[in-house]
This record gives sequence, C-alpha cells and structure tokens, in this order.
Amino acid sequence: MSAPATMPVIERGTATSRTAAMAVAVIIALLAIAPQFLSAGAVDRMTALFIYVILAAMWNALAGFGGLVSVGQQVFFGLGAYFAIRLADAGLNPFLALFASGFVVGVVSIPLSLFMLRLRNGEFAIGMWVIAALTHLLVNLDRLVQGETGTSLISLNVYDAGTRRATIYWLALASMTALLAILFGLLRGSTGAAIRAIRDNEDAAASVGVRVTGTKRLLFVLAAFGIGIAGALWLATSITFQPKTYFNVQWTAYMIFMVLVGGIGTFEGAILGALVFFLIETWFGGTGVWYLVGLGATAVVFSLFLPRGLWGTIEERFGLRLLPVGYRVRLAAASADDDATPQQTTKHQEKA
Amino acid sequence: MTHPQQQAILAAAAIHKRFGALVVLDAVDFTMAADEAVGIVGPNGAGKTTLLSVLAGAFPPSSGTVSFKGGDVTALPATQRCRLGLVRTHQVPKPFSGMTTFENVFVAASHGAGLGRDEAYEEALGSLKLCGMLGVANRRAETLGLLDRKRLELARALAARPTLLLLDEIGGGLTDGEASELVDTIKELRRRKIGIVWIEHIVHILLQVAERLICMDAGKIIADGAPQAVMADPEVVRAYLGGGPK
Ligand SMILES: Nc1ncnc2c1ncn2[C@@H]1O[C@H](COP(=O)(O)OP(=O)(O)O)[C@@H](O)[C@H]1O
Ligand SMILES: [Mg+2]
Repeated sequence: MSAPATMPVIERGTATSRTAAMAVAVIIALLAIAPQFLSAGAVDRMTALFIYVILAAMWNALAGFGGLVSVGQQVFFGLGAYFAIRLADAGLNPFLALFASGFVVGVVSIPLSLFMLRLRNGEFAIGMWVIAALTHLLVNLDRLVQGETGTSLISLNVYDAGTRRATIYWLALASMTALLAILFGLLRGSTGAAIRAIRDNEDAAASVGVRVTGTKRLLFVLAAFGIGIAGALWLATSITFQPKTYFNVQWTAYMIFMVLVGGIGTFEGAILGALVFFLIETWFGGTGVWYLVGLGATAVVFSLFLPRGLWGTIEERFGLRLLPVGYRVRLAAASADDDATPQQTTKHQEKA
Repeated sequence: MTHPQQQAILAAAAIHKRFGALVVLDAVDFTMAADEAVGIVGPNGAGKTTLLSVLAGAFPPSSGTVSFKGGDVTALPATQRCRLGLVRTHQVPKPFSGMTTFENVFVAASHGAGLGRDEAYEEALGSLKLCGMLGVANRRAETLGLLDRKRLELARALAARPTLLLLDEIGGGLTDGEASELVDTIKELRRRKIGIVWIEHIVHILLQVAERLICMDAGKIIADGAPQAVMADPEVVRAYLGGGPK
C-alpha cells in the first residue's frame, strides 16, 4: 500500500470481494425486514437456516481451517440448550438466557480443551463423540430435565406467538451475523494464518513460532460458543428440551454434510453448504428415510467427484473469491485492480 | 544488530537421545559463538538431524542440557526457542501445503519474528526475494516441487528473523548454478551476522561457507575444527569410506 511502484503489493480483497461485502450488507438488511413480508412458517424456516449457517461455519472453522475434525460437536449444541433451560429456570429472562448460555458453554469448553487438545486426529474426533455421549448421560441426571422426558423453556410462553417468532428470528439473524463477522475477522488476521499453518503441519508451525496449543484452544472455545448459541436458539424455536434430540450425533453429521458439500476450508463454502442443506431439507425433509438416504448419497457423490465442495470448485475454476481470508502478492504495481491478475507472476498456474 | 561475540550463543552439553533401545545421540557436546558458521557432515544415520531437532526443541533430549543466549532452554518448546531467535529448517520439507508460498513465510514473520502486519509483509517479501521465490509467491505450497519446497524451508525460517539458523540438507539435488545461488544467499546471511549451523552432504558447497566443520558418526562427534583438517582426519575418512554407522 505505501510501497513504491516496484515493490510487490499485498492484496487482501479484490474488486469482486468489495462488491460482495456490500451485497452481504444489503442481504442482511433485507433479511432484517423480511419477517414483515413472510408467512409465520417461512419465518421459522429462515430461523432454522440461520442456525444451520452458524453450525456449518463453526465446524468449518474448526476442521477446515484448524484441522480439528470433531464428531462430537453436538455436545455444545446440547449444552447450549441445557444451560439456557437452567438459566431461565433460575429466573433469567429467557431471551437473555440464550446468550448467557452460549457464554457458559464457552467457559465449560476451556477445561475440556485442556485434555481434548492433547489428542490427535482420529483420537480427537472420537474423543469428542465420547464426551458428547457422557455429557448427554450427565444432563439426563438433572432432576429438572427429568431424564429423556425432557422439559421446556416455559418462560418463553409469556410472549405471544407472533412476538416470540419475530424476536427469535432477529436474534438468530443477529447471532449469525455477529458470529460470522467474528470468525471472518479471526481467520483473516494473523491468527487465522497461524490456524491454517497448524492444520497443515503442527510441528512446522511450532518451529516458526506459532503458539500451537493456545491457538487451537481459541478456535475450540469459539466453536463451542457459537454452537452453544445455535443450540440455545434451536431450543427457543422448539421450546421443548429432550436431551436425546439435542445431544444427537445427527447435528454433527449435518455440520459435516454442509461443510463438505459447500467446500471445506473456504469461508463462503460453509454458508453455501448450509443453504444447500436447507433447500434439500425443505424439499425432501418430509420423505422420511429417503431423505436421509438422499443426504448420504449426496455426500458420497461430492466426496468422489467434487472433493473441494461447491465453493472450492468454483473458486478453483473461476478464481472467484468473495470473502477471501488469504493473501495475494501483486508483483507489478499496476493500477488495474482486478480479480484475475493474470499478469502477476510467470508461473502462476494455480487457477489455470 | 548483534556484534561478533566470543562467548557461546549456543551450547549443548552431554546430550543423549534414545528412541527406545536405539541410542541416537551419545554424549554430544557442542558449543558455538554467535558469529560462527559451522558445517556438520557425517554418514546417513549418524544423528545429525536428531541433534538439530534437540537444539531447536522439536523434542527434548533423553538427558543433557541446551542453552541459548546464556539461558537454559532445555525445557522450552520449539515455539519459544524460535521466538528467541533459534530457528531451524527441515530435511524433509514441511510446508503448510494448503497455504500459498507467501502465506507460509508470512506466518513466520508475524509469529516467529513477532512483527505487526506491515512489517511482517515486508519481512516476508524480503525473505522470498532473497530466496528467489517471489515468482511463486501465490502458488499453493502443495504445488511446489522439491527444490522450491527446500527453498521455502529457508525463506520461512529466515522470515522468523533468526539470530542462529539451523539448516538441514537444503542443498541436495541442486545444479551447479543453483548451488552457487544458495551459497550467495547464505553468504548474505553471514553479512547480516546470522549464525549458521548447516548439515550438508555436498561438502564442496558447505566449505564455501563454513569456517568450522564437525563430523558426526554413530551418535558422536568424531572431529571438530578447521574444515580442511577435519576432512583429512583419519577417523573422518574411515567413517565415510568405512561404510557408515556401525
Ligand atoms: N523418531 C525416531 N524414532 C526412531 N528412530 C529414529 C527417529 N528419528 C531418527 N531415528 C533414527 O536415529 C538415527 C539417526 O537419524 P538422523 O538423526 O536422522 O540421522 P542423520 O540426519 O545423521 O542421517 C537413525 O538410525 C534413525 O533411524
Ligand atoms: Mg538427516
């Protein structure tokens, strides 16, 4: 930026990505006023979409950027709902309880990270699943929850259905926006570069000064917090809390599906994957077992033919980057400010 | 910044390293001054890479101590040693495969050297330039060939702003032209007063830079001194011609 014309320039965004950022702002503004025009059912569906986006983005940050593949993230989803129940029962305003619960989940994940992050790869993945199963059992022991009978976020019922629906919609939209913004900021900064370095080679990352454990912990706790919020929001939409619904491994399976289909390790991919999952669910969700078969088949097809997912493939094919977290070096400080920058290097063939 | 000093910047004392029953380092003592360039040779399996790993903190020694800049660093992990200025490269390159060449180097500049954004950009670009890698700055590291991966090891380590650089066989497989470029690069580092420990099989490259040579065999240092004297040492000749480690 301040460099003389002969010095290479580091680019973070492109003309397209600046347009995309504005488009994102417009879309969020439109979504904010949408409840006035949507049916009650559509508002509920959109709320679910926002929650899916949170789940996908968090799992993608953890696995796609940080290399921490977990099949037990439902533990935070379940705890998010559980602590919201507990906090509301203790007299906290139910809407406040949703967010307070996210913070509690984040705090709980800190001691958990102390031993989970010592595990590597498969051990970590399965270890998280074991933690989820154990936590499920512990929550069942709470008298308030009454085992698998479950309980409800009764205090939400004092609000009339319309207010409740719109409020939860806005809270979900605001949470999604805030969490995506936090994640984007983190992944785009130098911590994000450290996170990706750890994913690619932990020993090498340590050898160039990256604080491996601390950085992983930060990511782990952020993902726990985000998924905790998602669980609490889900509780708000459905009111009832049955532990086996929330601590179900299906939640993590959905996260994995969305991220693999959308494109693991790209910021846009998780959002796109959530949208795809949402559409599939909307169209085929009523078809019972065939719905699950269809999801499984889609995942297999993607891993075989589009291993980088939809967005990963688009990015590679067209060099399109809407919300880039990476760095580009532009050698000739030409004034053209374009996406493709074909003139920039001699051997630049990555996107050929 | 650093001026030539006579006292040791790095000292390893009575280093033992065992992997199970295998003794890989056997009572190794090694000391060097801040402005030295030390070459290490020795047959395959002699324990050279293992010594480098112990010095850099990749794993602890079974016994013995390492001190750097006057402090005991035996218990310090690699991250902290790097931040103190003790930085290594890897014999088998370990690039951050999913990141671009520039991003690989940027990580070292911002975390190893602890630089803010703009300074880290400059440092990263500077070390890419020095290593002749600006042309592949935007390539994902997984698309680089072995030669570029080795260059990247050097560029990345440099971006962490080492006071002492530990190099592990970065010169293998080079053409004469490439080898002399590499020597020029290392000489430039010497001008910048960066201390060098360089493990290399290609002795004639090494001797253009090293003022002192160490030969290792079977976990021990068998010769240490002026390069020509070490190469002529009967023990060294035997280790090389006698078929490597016992
Ligand atoms: N992580 C390890 N586990 C077991 N044995 C190892 C390990 N690393 C190195 N070794 C053994 O230690 C010996 C020395 O290896 P190394 O230090 O790589 O030698 P050099 O670099 O001199 O060729 C070899 O016999 C090698 O097989
Ligand atoms: Mg070796």
